[in-house]
Amino acid sequence: MKANCWMGTRHVEVTDVPDPTILNPRDAIVRITNTAICGSDLHLYNGWIPTMKRGDVLGHEFMGEVVETGKGVTSLKKGDRVVVPFPIACGHCLQCEREMYSLCENTNPNAWMAEKLWGYSPCGIFGYSHMLGGYPGGQAEYARVPFADVGPIKIPEELSDEQVLFLSDIFPTGYMAADMCGIQPGDVVAVFGCGPVGQMAIKSAYLLGADRVIAIDRFDYRMRIARERAGAETLDYEDVDVPEVLREMTGGRGPDHCIDAVGLEGHAPGLHGAYDTVKTSMMLETDRPPALRQAIMACRSGGTVSVAGVYGGFIDKFPIGAIVNRSLTIRSGQCHVQRYMRPLLQRIQNGEIDPSFIITHRLPLDRAAEGFDLFMNKEDECLKVVLKT
Amino acid sequence: MHPQSARDLPPDSLARALGWFSVALGAAELASPRVMSRLIGAPSDPKTLALIRAMGTREIGHGIAILTRPDNAAPVWSRVAGDAADVAFLGTAYATAYANRRRLLAATAAVIGVTVLDVICAQRLGASSTSGAVSPDGRVVKAVTINKPVEQVYGFWRQLENLPRFMRYVDSVEQLSEGRSRWRAQGPGGVTVEWEAETVAQRENELIAWRSLTGSRIHTSSTVQFRPAPGARGTEVHVELDFRPPAGALGRTVAWLSGRDPSHQLNEDLRRLKQLLETGEIAVSEGEGLWRPGRPTGDPERVRTLAGVQP
Repeated sequence: MKANCWMGTRHVEVTDVPDPTILNPRDAIVRITNTAICGSDLHLYNGWIPTMKRGDVLGHEFMGEVVETGKGVTSLKKGDRVVVPFPIACGHCLQCEREMYSLCENTNPNAWMAEKLWGYSPCGIFGYSHMLGGYPGGQAEYARVPFADVGPIKIPEELSDEQVLFLSDIFPTGYMAADMCGIQPGDVVAVFGCGPVGQMAIKSAYLLGADRVIAIDRFDYRMRIARERAGAETLDYEDVDVPEVLREMTGGRGPDHCIDAVGLEGHAPGLHGAYDTVKTSMMLETDRPPALRQAIMACRSGGTVSVAGVYGGFIDKFPIGAIVNRSLTIRSGQCHVQRYMRPLLQRIQNGEIDPSFIITHRLPLDRAAEGFDLFMNKEDECLKVVLKT
Repeated sequence: MHPQSARDLPPDSLARALGWFSVALGAAELASPRVMSRLIGAPSDPKTLALIRAMGTREIGHGIAILTRPDNAAPVWSRVAGDAADVAFLGTAYATAYANRRRLLAATAAVIGVTVLDVICAQRLGASSTSGAVSPDGRVVKAVTINKPVEQVYGFWRQLENLPRFMRYVDSVEQLSEGRSRWRAQGPGGVTVEWEAETVAQRENELIAWRSLTGSRIHTSSTVQFRPAPGARGTEVHVELDFRPPAGALGRTVAWLSGRDPSHQLNEDLRRLKQLLETGEIAVSEGEGLWRPGRPTGDPERVRTLAGVQP
């Protein structure tokens, strides 16, 4: 089969690899129809996440048709159309019982690597480094899906592939970012970053009752989509002093909640941005957190900072004083996708949201490398690339 | 120096001597790699010279490490590893066209002689010190919480035949009569080791303890305790393992170098036990470890074998 493989920093290549096979009783094989490039794939692409290996199959946002099931899978059958959640979860450990699926204790065969970096290991993830399991990903024609009786969700016929594809990651990820804020009627939410997750977070904040959502970015076309399609007000952080303008816009109090939908490759103008560029290039910190710092400083006292962007290691100049003295709540986590898939599918069916509005590019899988390049460089107003097989 | 006289020296004096030897040899390799290459009979092409300089840097590293902690076995074991690299280098040089084979043989003999000294020194230091990759008494303590009732976890473990299903390097355990069992496991490098053990304590849903019989090549004893986890969250399994591989400190170092450090391995085995009891299978991926890419291989049997998982 064809698969998009990580071949080194800023180098991906679609090559022929053997078809996946059932390895365990609870596995299923899915023939992939649609698969997307995630913003977090760019962290792999740009070489920020350790323990990648030349030849790794990328991709964790995918859907398709079940073609084979292991003898332990009774909930799915050949021919079912399914969306596969990116966290691999067993369904039986304490974390799964508590619906903290991305913390599943049983699905990372390389847990010891993650323990070295993070203390304990989260779940395994498709196509997302060896530290998170070394599982082949879904930017391919087929994928093996472990614990297929817990993860994949069947899709009703009347919905199109593109309407439901993002249930695999970014819609639940954006939704959980808003959910973690505990939004009350009348609340103002600031969303840092108007990429795909940011757009989903804006929409979700409204679904959860926010009065007003202010989104921050620097690319005109992304802010335009945030305004026109997601209904946010927007700020360009290269033009204005974001915390100052947010303070003024919220009557001197600050947004009730701030969502970081940027992650570890953030930018900032001037000295603030240069500081992290220098520190990371000297390996004195591993991630660039200007958006996170700003989200913390801008948030209303007693408010919530919800971190949906991916961070991998250690950061510098973290404003812990603001958190402690102003009673801020920091919430984060890789999305517990399995918890949100069914209720969000329901919202799509009800017509409350159609997440496909962010798709700007549809390419055949063969052209994955071009898709990565467009998405990373924000060329041709690229916001979301879907690869078709 | 003859090994017989080395035995008479206090181990830390021997270590200091080896340390200074490393520094001197390293300095010579760094300063005049061409002279060194001629002396050992290796060719003098730029690649070999660069390699000799690199070996010099490494050698000085060994020296400094030993001289800063002359009572510690670990840096001396690092010299043993360095010796092995040197022998490998000499072997490769032997196959090249421009080699002086007589000189190469002499150099190899010299390195092997020094290796003997290094091993003696490291073993004597190991016997008298408490530091190193693995504590010298080989005792490891690990715990895991399994989301199943204590009766089930204890019941599974008590059937010793089940142990190879989650203990990666244990091939079989056979229950013999009167609390005795025969164990077969893979040592480093694929060597099969066998020993007999006897159960020395067993309390229903609480504890199992066993130890190897005297006369076995492997000296091992373990105690496994089963406790209900607080808040009815399943069962805590606490394992205390005392493992003495053949060849003492050398065996432990080989185990450590080959990624078979008992502390790491016990942790991994307990994780696999948890997976097996909670999910009915052991999680497997093609990209397990860091040595092969996460991509399908077309050979599921091999993937399972590499992961040590029974189908």
